[in-house]
Order: sequence, then structure tokens, then C-alpha cells
Amino acid sequence: MGSTTEQTAASAPGFGGMQARSAEALNAQARISVRNLDFYYGTNKALKGINLDLPDRQVTGMIGPSGCGKSTLLRVLNRMYSLYPGQRAEGEVLMDGRNMIDASVDLNELRAKVGMVFQKPTPFPMTIYDNIAFGIKLHEKLPKSEMDDRVEWALTRAAIWTEVKDRLQSSAMGLSGGQQQRLCIARSIAVRPEVMLFDEPTSALDPISTLKIEELIDELKRDFTICIVTHNMQQAARCADQVAFFYLGELVEVAPAAQLFTAPREKRTQEYITGRFG
Amino acid sequence: MPMETQSDHIVRSYDEQLRRVRDMLARMGGLAERQVNDATVALVRRDAALAAEVIGRDAALDQLEREIEAFCIRILATRQPMAIDLRFIVAAMKVAHNLERIGDYARNAAKRSIVVGQQPILGSLNGFSRMARLVQENLKAAIDALVNDDAEAAARVWGNDEPVDDVYNGIFREMLTFMMEDPRNITAATHLLFIAKNLERIGDHATNIAETVHYAVRGDSLPDERPKADSSAYAVVRPPE
Amino acid sequence: MSSTTFQPETRGVVRRSPALASRRKMVDLTVKWLCMAATLIGLFFLASIMLTLLWRGLVALDWTVLTEEFRPTRYGDDTAPKGGLVHAIIGSLIQTAIGTAIGTPIGLLVGTYLSEYARGSVLGNVLRFVSDVLLSAPSILIGLFIYQLVVLPMGGFSGIAGALALAIIVIPVVVRTTEDMLQLIPNTLREAVIGLGAPKWKMITLVCYKAAASGILTGILLAVARIAGETAPLLLTSFGNNVTSFDLTRAMASLPIAIYQQANSGFPDLIQIAWSGALLITLGVLAINIIARAVLRGRN
Repeated sequence: MGSTTEQTAASAPGFGGMQARSAEALNAQARISVRNLDFYYGTNKALKGINLDLPDRQVTGMIGPSGCGKSTLLRVLNRMYSLYPGQRAEGEVLMDGRNMIDASVDLNELRAKVGMVFQKPTPFPMTIYDNIAFGIKLHEKLPKSEMDDRVEWALTRAAIWTEVKDRLQSSAMGLSGGQQQRLCIARSIAVRPEVMLFDEPTSALDPISTLKIEELIDELKRDFTICIVTHNMQQAARCADQVAFFYLGELVEVAPAAQLFTAPREKRTQEYITGRFG
Repeated sequence: MPMETQSDHIVRSYDEQLRRVRDMLARMGGLAERQVNDATVALVRRDAALAAEVIGRDAALDQLEREIEAFCIRILATRQPMAIDLRFIVAAMKVAHNLERIGDYARNAAKRSIVVGQQPILGSLNGFSRMARLVQENLKAAIDALVNDDAEAAARVWGNDEPVDDVYNGIFREMLTFMMEDPRNITAATHLLFIAKNLERIGDHATNIAETVHYAVRGDSLPDERPKADSSAYAVVRPPE
Repeated sequence: MSSTTFQPETRGVVRRSPALASRRKMVDLTVKWLCMAATLIGLFFLASIMLTLLWRGLVALDWTVLTEEFRPTRYGDDTAPKGGLVHAIIGSLIQTAIGTAIGTPIGLLVGTYLSEYARGSVLGNVLRFVSDVLLSAPSILIGLFIYQLVVLPMGGFSGIAGALALAIIVIPVVVRTTEDMLQLIPNTLREAVIGLGAPKWKMITLVCYKAAASGILTGILLAVARIAGETAPLLLTSFGNNVTSFDLTRAMASLPIAIYQQANSGFPDLIQIAWSGALLITLGVLAINIIARAVLRGRN
């Protein structure tokens, strides 16, 4: 049971989040540090004093029952909440030493650094090529050949290039749900963000498409810091290096995935992941 | 103990399934205890009929192990247990395996007791009764710890293997002496040595069960090194000059 | 949970009365026949209007209607030259085109404001209410408004006044459809655009309009169909003219007004021409409606 088993598990290739990294390794370098974060929907306090580090180039999974605040936290990280009046955040979201929820931070610049993929695929009503080029054009002026290269790069990284390379000029709406979701991932990484946020990215997909997305996330974490909200605990166990459990707006426990799913410290975590919540 | 009291699962049939695994393990543990007990009694009383009974009953233990394993695999496949449930299911499979091995040792001891019974009497065999009692106590305590989710009891069993080893060392030396005294004792003494070794192994499996229970309840492991007193591995015999 | 599960013992005891079942069937049938009867009555009147229109209109419809301007009645003299409606057709086209050209962009922007910028705000709600009132306001009021605002200061009826009146009718229709169509776009699509780092105006112009394009286009076409048949506001603004006029500062003819005037003349030959004008308008509006439906279907 001792340290030997953990070493074997860690050295096993392609074992996703169960590569039980020690807590020290996880905290080695935080890409984003959330400090004392409160969040309000009007007068309703949805997040209470959150402290969480997203380690560089690792996958952080966020789990918890509906309305626990995990999606809210995700939407704080790229300040999506600022679209809606009455929603506000207090505290610090530190990235490169700056507080990203400070009003002085340029929103478009922040969102170029922190990409997001949604629950339902959101292809734009245009061609596959234009979908990818859309985000790039917002931030860079590229000559045509470089743009072509970048589009191909993004589609290749999102593991969808071979499926669409012959129909780049046809509408993105004609793709299947799983393909649309990978297209959306390609569209986000085309902007070359540093952090990728996934909000239940597979809950609208069939099991095979789900596995493809999970494989993709595993592949993407070599280059991106990833944060994924999911209702599927097995998915969190497979994809995430560290997992955070939220309940009623509080961060109850954050631990390496292997530890959280086999031996959580907190009773509330245990009751939730074993299906005992009353 | 932060998680001693567990509320019920949202899915009631899941709770029932887990309870059933627990029941099956308790039944199997009881049967294993009885096998160890009867094997020892058969040895001490030279009761060949009882020994034969023990040998015949081992099939029931094997059957129970297969049932528990199949049932646990079904739970793993259908429920995807997490955390304490996951640890319990994995522990159940390991404990079932330990109990099956204990049954095998008991059967082997019973077989040998039939042979020993046909040989001249060697000493009092008090050491065997004592050893069997210690082993049984540990086994029973380990099974109880499992049924009651009692990590502390499990830890006590785990640290309680030394007396068994001490008795075993005594028997080992005694048997060597018998063999040196008279070569005609060698058959009985060798079989008795094996029986003692079997009892010692049963004690080890009881400790393993305790270790597994501790992990299942607490989620952390006991240290790698366990107090040990079995010195027979280093024993050297010098024949009388 | 246990309260919702049926015990097997009680399941067999539930008895359904046959009388209740047959009564339900009766009610079901009655409602069905009532609905069908109402539909038939409606269809009957609609069909009789259409058939009368086709019969009367087709009899009079000939090449001269489309090529000749207004001529006084022939008093039964078949050798006298026949009049037509070309002046009215041209006038209608000009006023409808200008009305649409002015009303559409305003309506589009207001609809965009309501949907994208003023959700839940007081100003937005007031605007929406006013627009809805305008949508159902009697069109003669709009004519009166323009009469006060344009015709009186200009010192006479004019084509531009007619076009402005029509534009005011177009605006609320386009506002409504634009807002509705933009509202149909899921919020996550907007967030996806914003999430890439796009400013809001790019989100609206590059993605939202594209996603709602066919719906908005349909709305515009329906607005065109509506103003093509408007009579009341034009009476007080462009008034009508018996000759072809391209001068926006003068009174200008239009089909509905020409129909109104000739149908009231009491001369059978002029009334015939009015019938053919009515048929022309109906066919035009029908064509626009069909195009609108085709556009909408093309999206789905």
C-alpha cells in the first residue's frame, strides 16, 4: 500500500489524472492564483472566500452539485460575468502578478489569454475556416498564408483536421456535435491562450465523442493550463491532476485526483462523491 | 475519526448491495475461523473424522470467495464506487482472497493431522493449541474490525502478531530437538513443523486482513514494517557430538 | 420516494368507469368538430374574397393597365383610349422603396438596442412598449402625424411625405422581428464570441446578425408587404396623382389610393381597372409573403 504503489501508478503512461502527483508538485508553479474571492449575483453571495491555485500545465477539475459555484468561478476567471449587470467579484485572481478582476485590466486582452469552451457546442454561423480565423483576426493581422497555417495548426491540435480539411469552406453548422465541440476547442486555441476553461464540455455529447474530448484535454495540457467543470466524477478522475470540490459556494476540499477520489479528507466530499448526499 | 458515521446512499439498492458484501464476508470469516479451530482440535485429539470434515468443508470457502469476487466486480461495473465505497469493495475482494488462503492452510493442516495421528505421540502439542488460539483471536478480531469499520481494532490486530511468532519459534526448536533425539520422529515432527508453519501463515493473513481493513476505513496505509518475531529463518541446528 | 411507488395490491383495485370514458370521447369529438367548423367558416370567406378578386380582376387585367396612365371614363365608348395604372404602380414602388430604406435601418438599430443593450432596463422597456403601441396603432394616425409634421410646413402633399409615413409603419415591425430574432440566439453563442476576446459591437455585427439574418430579412419583407397595401396614411401625405411623377416634393400616385379613387368613381370601366389594381397588389403581397417563407425555411 505504501509509497511503492504510488510510484508505479505515477509512471504508468496515459493514466490521466490518476498520475498521483504529490501535493507539493501540484503547487510548484501556479498559473492562476485565486485569493479570498467572493462573488455576488446581486445580493446573493455565490462564492465565499475561495482560495485556489491552478498549477501550470495541469488539469484542475471542479466538481460539486448544481449551484455550488463551480461554473461561477470559471466565469470569474475570464470575467464573463461582467457581461451581466449586477454580478460582481471581490478579491484577487492573480495571473502574472496582476489582479485580473481589477477594472483596469483590458477584458479583450484577458480573454485572449484565457479561452473558454462551453457546455453546448457554439459554432458560429459561418464556414469552418472562418470560425477558426475569427478569433485570430480579433488579435492579430496575419497574411493569408500564415492565417492558413494557423488554422491548420489549431484544427490539428484539436484533433479534427483530418475530418474537416476537405471541407474548410463549408458551414460549421453541418458538423456533428462532437466535431462542433472540437471545432470550438480549435477556435479557442487558435488565439493561443495560456489557460483553457472547459464548462462541462462533454455533457451534450455521446460517449465516444466524450472520450475524444478527454483524450484531447490530456493532449492539450502539455501546452495549456486547463480548468474543467464537470458533473461526471469519473471524468474528473480521468482528466484532472487536481480536483476541487465545491459546495454551497465554498471550496470544501482540493487535492490530487487520486487522493480525492480514493481517500478524501472532508466528510462532505466523501458523501458527495459516493452518492450519499441527502 | 472524521467519517465514522456514514449517511445512506441516495440509491437504496446500493446500500443493500454493500451490506450484502459485508454479510458474505462475515459468513466467510466465521467459516474460516471454524476451519482453523477444527483443524487444530483434530490434531490435538487425533480425530481423523473431524480432520476429514475440515478437508471436505474447504470447498464451501472457495465457493464463497468466488461469489464475493463476482458480486464485487458487478458492483464495480455498475456503481463505479468512489472513496470509502471503492476502498471497501477492493478490501472485500482482498479479504476474501486472504480467507480463502486461510482455508487452504487449515485444510493442509487437517490432512497432515491425519498422518500425525498414525504416528507415535510427540510431546504435549500444547504449543499448537496456544498458537491456534492466538491466531483465531487475531482472525476473529480482524473480521470484527471489518464488519464494524473499526480501524483502531484493525491496528491492534496488526501489531499483535508477535506472540504467534514467539510460539512458532518455540515449536520449531522443540521439533528440531525431537528429530535429533530419534530419527523415527522425523515423519511426525516434519508434519508438525508444517502444521505450525501453516498456523503461522494463517496469522500473517489475519494481519493482512487487519491492514486491509485499516486502509478501507481510514484511507491511509499502516507503515510498511510490521513488528516481527519469527527467528526460525536464522535457526541453525548442530547435531549432538 | 416510497410514496410514489405503487404497491402491487393497490394497482389492481383501480377501476375505470366505462361511462366516464365514453363521455370523454364525446367531449373530444365535439371540440374537434367545433374547431373544424370554425376553420371552414374562415376559409369560406377567404376563398370567396380570393375568387371574386381573381374573377373580377382577371377580366380587366390587360396590357394597358400596366402601361397606360389614368384616363377619364370612356362613357361606354369602346373606341376611346383605355386608361391604366402605371402611374400608381411606379408611385407605390417609389414610396415603398424609400419608406423601407428609411425605416429598416432605424428599426434594425432600435431592435438591436433593445435586445443587446437594454435588456431589463427601464428605457428599454418603455421603448419596447411604445414600439408595440405603434405596431398596432391605426395607420391614419400616422398619416395625420406626417400631415402635421411634413405636409403643412411644405405647403402641399408630397411623395416624400408618403414615404416617411410608410417608414414609420416599417419601424415597429422591424424592431419587433429584429429583437425577437436576436433573442432567439442562445446566450452561450454570445459568450463564445466574447470569450475569444471580441468587443461587443463585433459580436453583434459579425456573429449575431449573421445568425439572425434570415429571420430579420423575413421581418423586413413582411413590413414591405404591409406598407405596399397601406391606404390611409397616404391619403393625408402623398394624396395621389393622375400622372406619373418622379418628383418627391409633389403629390404622388399609389396603387391603394388609385384603387380607392377609381372604385368610388361610379363608372363601370374605372371600377374594372380598380379590380385589376386590387389583384395586382394582392399578387404582389402574396409573392413577398412566399419569398419570406422561403427565406425562413432556407435557414432551417
